[in-house]
Amino acid sequence: MPKYIAKRVFMAVITAFLVATLTFCVMNMVPGGPFLAEKAVTPQAQAAMEAKYGLDKPLPQQYITYMNGLIHGDLGLSLKKRGRTVSDIITGKFPVSARLGGLALIVAVFIGVPLGSVAAFNKGKLVDNILVVLSTAGIAIPSFLSSTLLMYVFTTKLKLLPSLGLNSAPSYIMPVIALALYPTFYIARLMRSSMLDVIGQDYMKTARAKGVSPFFIIFKHAMRNAILPVVTYLGPLLASLMTGSFIIEKIFNIPGLGSEFVGAITSRDYPMIMGTTIFLAVFVICMNVVVDILYAIIDPRIKLK
Amino acid sequence: MNKDDILLEVSHLKQYFPVAGTNKFVKAVDDVSFFIKKGETFGLVGESGCGKTTTGRSILRLTEPTSGKIVYDGNVIFDSENKIKADMLPYRRKMQIVFQDPYASLDPRMTVGDIVGEALDIHKLYKTKAERRERILELLSTVGLNSEHANRYPHEFSGGQRQRIGIARALAVNPQFIVCDEPVSALDVSIQAQVVNMFEDLQKKMGLTYLFIAHDLSIVNHISNRIGVMYLGHMVELADSDELIFHPMHPYTKSLISAIPIADPNTARASKRIILNGDVPSPVNPPSGCPFRTRCPYADEICAQKKPEFNEVKPGHYAACHHLDLTKHLSQGGIL
Repeated sequence: MPKYIAKRVFMAVITAFLVATLTFCVMNMVPGGPFLAEKAVTPQAQAAMEAKYGLDKPLPQQYITYMNGLIHGDLGLSLKKRGRTVSDIITGKFPVSARLGGLALIVAVFIGVPLGSVAAFNKGKLVDNILVVLSTAGIAIPSFLSSTLLMYVFTTKLKLLPSLGLNSAPSYIMPVIALALYPTFYIARLMRSSMLDVIGQDYMKTARAKGVSPFFIIFKHAMRNAILPVVTYLGPLLASLMTGSFIIEKIFNIPGLGSEFVGAITSRDYPMIMGTTIFLAVFVICMNVVVDILYAIIDPRIKLK
Repeated sequence: MNKDDILLEVSHLKQYFPVAGTNKFVKAVDDVSFFIKKGETFGLVGESGCGKTTTGRSILRLTEPTSGKIVYDGNVIFDSENKIKADMLPYRRKMQIVFQDPYASLDPRMTVGDIVGEALDIHKLYKTKAERRERILELLSTVGLNSEHANRYPHEFSGGQRQRIGIARALAVNPQFIVCDEPVSALDVSIQAQVVNMFEDLQKKMGLTYLFIAHDLSIVNHISNRIGVMYLGHMVELADSDELIFHPMHPYTKSLISAIPIADPNTARASKRIILNGDVPSPVNPPSGCPFRTRCPYADEICAQKKPEFNEVKPGHYAACHHLDLTKHLSQGGIL
């Protein structure tokens, strides 16, 4: 096990390095620059600013400087938010997105898993058919549509929930629902199909023959065996939910990491692009390692090597 | 025969399964009646899809029967006519099952110790943790496994070992009656003998009663006191095993027996195999009258019109056929 983890961490470092290098190359191939859009900038002032941030140096040198900083944990200064470091911005915005994403994940798992199981145990019946239609709709509806619909109903018509910001507990409700909609129904579908597979297995009959009560048959035997595909999906899902959704953060005016990420790209804030991308990549990689370790705990047939 | 000698009595058992998308039914078991005496092994044979496995599972109510009556040791556990559906929990301690597929019947997420021990937990058969552990190890050694196997998972074992785990699991609750659902057909021939012998030893030691389901007549004949032959959801013949093998009455039984390979080539050449034409009809649309008539060499109008009754032709020998007088002349190579 320790050997396995060491190996995975080593692979993670390599992956992060590759992501950083690739992002650096692609980013600099995109035309435009951080200071072009600004009004009334004299060529001298622009040159001075580029010199200040080291953008006048040849690209290989910029790359080496950046990577050197990265190794020492320095993500550099934001070009747009004067005087603030990229790490500062990420640590400031990440908790907002993480809280929202974490809540959405909890909602998705705690609704999606039972929903899928109920559908599987009632295969072909009305409940199942309704859930299949619902989940197809839930997966197909884009988040900007569901968010605006939610806003229209709960804010404009019913005047129940605030539409902007995250200032109070009720203001979390709509963004969390909008964010959880897709993963909830995706998990429900995963759970339904893997549950159907498990229900037909002989060991379910073995459990009945032992006299295991229906409740324990479902939770002890069926769930444990059926949950594996959901766990697989959970790693990347957690990473993508917690690092923020640009669309939902824009619609509900939430100061999260998602809008920061997209904003950095449109404004060519190079250190910010690098910082958020690497952060996201490392997060996804870590989640995958966690999922792999969880696998071995849930399914003893999987050996970590 | 004394009523007290009977452990299990099944009457007019029917098990229909709906066919998805239609209002038709698969008549997997259609009006089957038999009884099993205490301490005996009752063999149930028939080809794939004839309903023998479903019969075994319905008796334990692992699938809820469509109709019929099941009486276990004097207690009605299912009676569709009087709408009796007994709580099965106390009977799970007495009636157990060993499944056909030793790969699919053990929960892959549980250790062997927990697979065997779970039944002990449910029926509260121990007082201390140590007692539970002791009992599990005792069960494992009964089936020829050792204590270090308890902490391993099913996938680490071979087919024969896994079937032993399945048997240990069934024995955990000290049952009186075990449905052995083709317990050896998934195993290599060399392992089959070991497992069959183990079933016999356990029976002697623990006074068990078996319903032994198989499609291999030679194994069933070896282990059983009496044998029932099923075809397309119906019981077509039932007799003591030697009587059934040497004096079969039903044309289907005769053809089954003639298909048993004979070890002596001279006898084998001299004996005639009865080869049936066609396939088993679909249990969704069974033939009218006698279910076997579409493949029977003696079938005539009466077979198409009337379902033959399952009568006691000789003492203890039952058969369902309109033409038992004709089938007498049929030669048989049933030499085991």
